[in-house]
Amino acid sequence: MNVVVCVKQIPDPAAPPALDPGTKNLVREGKLILDDSDSYGVEMALQLADAAGGGEVTLVSMAPNGETSGLRTALAMGAARAILVSDDALVGTDALGTAKVLAAAIRRAEPDLVLAATESSDGYTGTTPVQIAELLGLPSVTFAKKVEITGASVKVERQTEAGYDEVESPLPAVVTVTAGVVEPRYPSFKGIMAAKSKPVETLSIADLGLDASQVGGAGARQEVVDVAEAEARSAGEIVVDEGEGHQKVIEFLEQLKVL
Amino acid sequence: MAVDTIWVLAEVADGVPITTSLELISQARALAGTVEAVAWGDATASVAATLGEYGVTKIHDVGDLAGSLPGVPVAAAIAAAVAAGGPDAILFPATYDGRDIAARLSVRLDRPVLTNVVGLTTGDAGLVTQHAIFGGSQVLTARFTGAGPGIYVVRAKSFAAEPSGGAPATVVAAPAPDTGATNGAKIIARHVEERTGPKLDEADVVVSGGRGLGEKDQYVLIEELASLLRGAAGASRAIVDAGWVPYSHQVGQTGKTVKPTVYVACGISGATQHLVGMKNSKNIVAINKDQDAPIFSVADLGVVGDVHKVLPKLIEAIKARG
Repeated sequence: MNVVVCVKQIPDPAAPPALDPGTKNLVREGKLILDDSDSYGVEMALQLADAAGGGEVTLVSMAPNGETSGLRTALAMGAARAILVSDDALVGTDALGTAKVLAAAIRRAEPDLVLAATESSDGYTGTTPVQIAELLGLPSVTFAKKVEITGASVKVERQTEAGYDEVESPLPAVVTVTAGVVEPRYPSFKGIMAAKSKPVETLSIADLGLDASQVGGAGARQEVVDVAEAEARSAGEIVVDEGEGHQKVIEFLEQLKVL
Repeated sequence: MAVDTIWVLAEVADGVPITTSLELISQARALAGTVEAVAWGDATASVAATLGEYGVTKIHDVGDLAGSLPGVPVAAAIAAAVAAGGPDAILFPATYDGRDIAARLSVRLDRPVLTNVVGLTTGDAGLVTQHAIFGGSQVLTARFTGAGPGIYVVRAKSFAAEPSGGAPATVVAAPAPDTGATNGAKIIARHVEERTGPKLDEADVVVSGGRGLGEKDQYVLIEELASLLRGAAGASRAIVDAGWVPYSHQVGQTGKTVKPTVYVACGISGATQHLVGMKNSKNIVAINKDQDAPIFSVADLGVVGDVHKVLPKLIEAIKARG
């Protein structure tokens, strides 16, 4: 079974984020890392391919400057290869444009299953996977907490407000997985070494047959009008617990008539 | 640029429209002359009175989906209805199904989506959206360019739900066209998990736990305190990612937005990811052993202490009150 995992390489979340003052795009300079949210999809893909008795896990990503450091992390976990779309024309691409690029790249891998996170940690638009499904004419099951392959279909436990739904879909399909549903493996030393020589195919938008007017800033049909400071919330009373800290909480809740 | 007509996705759960949909309808009324709704399922006729009360004049009824997940058929139905004379904007609640439908519709109309909207206003630039970024420390304003309706996915609690005393809405059929194999995902069974307290995003009191709890088993402290305060139990992303609690408990950027009367953050450092989901709570109590934790910068009451010591005493003290 061949599984494609959409992965995003993002600026380190520990570093303070910033917007470019001119373009208002999120600054994505410097080293990018594998979005933590995507490690669950990678792990899930590896487990499913394993359970199916073989098959390949292919990563698909879009990033500036031919960036591969995040991809290497996922390759070190065990993915077989990666397709990276990197093109100067992609700067400022919105989520729909990103979906068009990724869908074109995924088509080349002819997967039985496409996995993605429910949303990225940096932009968290949360629409790209389902847009990819619609572009590819595939069914999708989002917010999966359990994924199982049975023959030519995928069975998913899908998170709902009230609990979860059991959903079944024919393959190929797109499935988004919520965090915490599997435990992503740490890359082994052997895995890290092997990842260095695994194939990463780098493509331009021309390679994908896409028109530059559909993507990037030129193709974006939404714009940032303004960025302003939010109303600040001021800190209140801080007490150090020396055995009676809970009393302060009780008093506070009493004032609010919660108790 | 005047806004004439706005459509709102009216999601129905347990026979009634969900609160977020009513919030969106209320705001749409303030922005546009005409507010219409899109609904599906077998209960549409019975919600016509409620939706009308909030200002909806017409419901585009997709009807029963025969077990399909809503994303594909409802988006196809909306796209067909838009082709027959569409609105200026379509608002979706940021729910599991709302997000699916908005994303599918985006491709069908070839229009992008503005998501994580927390404010919607009209100005010289037409309809503009507000988004909380960088942990809510900054507000980004955005808008659509080009022709076609705007697709907006709006977070819960962005607006107040207020009825306007309107007459029941009329219901018109808006059946989904055949979408073939794309519509292959079917619901086989529904599982309802027992919930003893209120819903997380509707609770008056929310008690959330984070990494400071140390281990999964300690989350019972959060559940117990939440239950004693007749509130809901939430979680930071860190412990959801660690698999301690399900995603449905997550408060924050990639989880739920809550605005309770009191939010009690226990062992949560207050990463921007978390703050954006709870900093608009009316009152915030934080318990954390690290006095430099960012959570204290938004707390009305901060207790610098170990949650393993403070929480059990707090629970006992509340129990002792009877």
